[in-house]
Amino acid sequence: MDSVKQSAALCLLRLYKASPDLVPMGEWTARVVHLLNDQHMGVVTAAVSLITCLCKKNPDDFKTCISLAVSRLSRIVSSASTDLQDYTYYFVPAPWLSVKLLRLLQCYPPPGNQRRALRNLGCRLLASGGLQFYGAPEDAAVKGRLVECLETVLNKAQEPPKSKKVQHSNAKNAILFETISLIIHYDSEPNLLVRACNQLGQFLQHRETNLRYLALESMCTLASSEFSHEAVKTHIDTVINALKTERDVSVRQRAADLLYAMCDRSNAKQIVSEMLRYLETADYAIREEIVLKVAILAEKYAVDYSWYVDTILNLIRIAGDYVSEEVWYRVLQIVTNRDDVQGYAAKTVFEALQAPACHENMVKVGGYILGEFGNLIAGDPRSSPPVQFSLLHSKFHLCSVATRALLLSTYIKFINLFPETKATIQGVLRAGSQLRNADVELQQRAVEYLTLSSVASTDVLATVLEEMPPFPERESSILAKLKRKKGPGAASALDDGRRDPSSNDINGGVEPTPSTVSTPSPSADLLGLRAAPPPAAPPASAGAGNLLVDVFDGPAAQPSLGPTPEEAFLSELEPPAPESPMALLADPAPAAE
Amino acid sequence: MGPKTSLPARDPCTARKWFSLAQQKEFLEGECNILFLSSLIRFILIQNRAGKTRLAKWYMQFDDDEKQKLIEEVHAVVTVRDAKHTNFVEFRNFKIIYRRYAGLYFCICVDVNDNNLAYLEAIHNFVEVLNEYFHNVCELDLVFNFYKVYTVVDEMFLAGEIRETSQTKVLKQLLMLQSLE
Repeated sequence: MDSVKQSAALCLLRLYKASPDLVPMGEWTARVVHLLNDQHMGVVTAAVSLITCLCKKNPDDFKTCISLAVSRLSRIVSSASTDLQDYTYYFVPAPWLSVKLLRLLQCYPPPGNQRRALRNLGCRLLASGGLQFYGAPEDAAVKGRLVECLETVLNKAQEPPKSKKVQHSNAKNAILFETISLIIHYDSEPNLLVRACNQLGQFLQHRETNLRYLALESMCTLASSEFSHEAVKTHIDTVINALKTERDVSVRQRAADLLYAMCDRSNAKQIVSEMLRYLETADYAIREEIVLKVAILAEKYAVDYSWYVDTILNLIRIAGDYVSEEVWYRVLQIVTNRDDVQGYAAKTVFEALQAPACHENMVKVGGYILGEFGNLIAGDPRSSPPVQFSLLHSKFHLCSVATRALLLSTYIKFINLFPETKATIQGVLRAGSQLRNADVELQQRAVEYLTLSSVASTDVLATVLEEMPPFPERESSILAKLKRKKGPGAASALDDGRRDPSSNDINGGVEPTPSTVSTPSPSADLLGLRAAPPPAAPPASAGAGNLLVDVFDGPAAQPSLGPTPEEAFLSELEPPAPESPMALLADPAPAAE
Repeated sequence: MGPKTSLPARDPCTARKWFSLAQQKEFLEGECNILFLSSLIRFILIQNRAGKTRLAKWYMQFDDDEKQKLIEEVHAVVTVRDAKHTNFVEFRNFKIIYRRYAGLYFCICVDVNDNNLAYLEAIHNFVEVLNEYFHNVCELDLVFNFYKVYTVVDEMFLAGEIRETSQTKVLKQLLMLQSLE
């Protein structure tokens, strides 16, 4: 009879998954919950699985199961070794049933939880300002019993094992890990969280790879809880060691995830350097993710932005192929927005470009930065304008179309910044390979820049090629990309609760347009950066400018084609900066110095 | 081939004609994510080192060619691992928990959120029952008495969940069934 009940419960579960509406849960709720009281542990095992699935859809209907589950669990956990004869597995009482019960409890918030009680029960305001809930004592008793249960499990983990067999330890640890998972889910008992963290810390150095792997995985979730974050950080050295020495790649990956989760201001530099070192030998499949993570950490915890620039350039150097556009756009935005780091960036990029084997992303970043800020290092004879130009031009023929387009823009900026290079650069632009280039984008740019440099006066040129204005603040597109890659749970560890407003002064989702159109400001307007309708001539130039932007949009060149920036442009409009649209018509702006 | 009747009727997508296996699979896996949030075993496989399947119990709807593909992939993933690796492998958007006994790999495919060690020991429990039932089981026993092996599996696992964990109870039931033959 019992075995029929077991099978029936699981068949009902299967039927429910296939067609939820067929099952008349209203009438059967009480009967299903009552199965938890059954004498036969097998029936209880089957019933718990059924209830776990049912209560995902109707949590309120099955609330009564919580207290039954807790009492069953506490009876199992505190049972003597002679009880549950049939269900004791290598001296562990009913391990699978315990795990299932703990799983069931994870479907609900902690019992005696104030918010939940508020919704369902009456409550009154005490004179002291606290709230008292009717029906709370029962919940409190349940909670007390549950906490006792969890503590017993944690205590048992510390006791010497009753058997040397791996089965015994696996069964015991299965219950332990599920308990820790429940504690993390509740996230309300600091001492339990800290104890869990310490237990996991011990496992980090266990002989068995399975346990190390599971410990790293669980610690990752613990790291995001405010109570245990500090406790997790104490294990940083063990984790770094694991990252270096583990032989299973999935364990190393978990260690990397944990480092990312436990990162904060105090250990950011250490963690970023360890992750960079790991990146050098990492699996190709996971490199992009690590690159994104390093970029996010470097930006978030950068106190000294020259360190940030170094880190990103290192990223490009180590794993250039996997550095996605968002990452290098971001470094350009930050360099543009922060005056103090511009000179350092120009110098570092110049040195990086001198390396014999230089990744294309480095050329892109270098090209843009030297175009904007090359004048800051022009004083030094080793990085004089002709040297800068020849350095960039030496990479020109090795690059893809998009990079070459960017470099052409840099050249025209050089003509503006360094008039002494004008002749050389014009010579390059005039070359048949540019003016009659097969690619329309490059040809157009070459023709237009050549004409611009020949026809425009110095003042007009200076205005046209004025330094890019600072980028407005936006949600980080790198974080968005990481979330897209990993699913919603991933970057949340970094997101909620620990966002430090002071470090977020520049958070732009706007991509820099490598090619400046006729004027920087109207083009910026067209891209939606400023809400001001451009006055006078602008409507015409806006139309024409629009067209120009479209024309300049090469297949991979234009970042504004990406989905995130589009939304960013349209959703958030910056307050108008009145001077800039007038600049073209009014006074000649001073040359970008 | 019309729409799969096992999909919930409330979903307008069930009325949609499926154009490709990939679409069906994707939808099923998506459905899995929504409805099958509780722990679910996707399949149980016993394979030998050469890749021959000794037992394949599926708890989710797969087409025959999908099943074959899965079997090959699981074999490829599991046989390259040795002692220094963990017993858990991420596989598509599930995970496989496996253990090697002599020349046989026992693999259980579960959700990524499931308790690894619990399923690892479930495998061992199952193997111990087989051992008791067949009196020192070996691969040949599984080959010649494959129908009995399925009986054991169905005693211990049902509908993608662990059904019975007590070795004594399972053996009692099996002996009772055997006496009926």
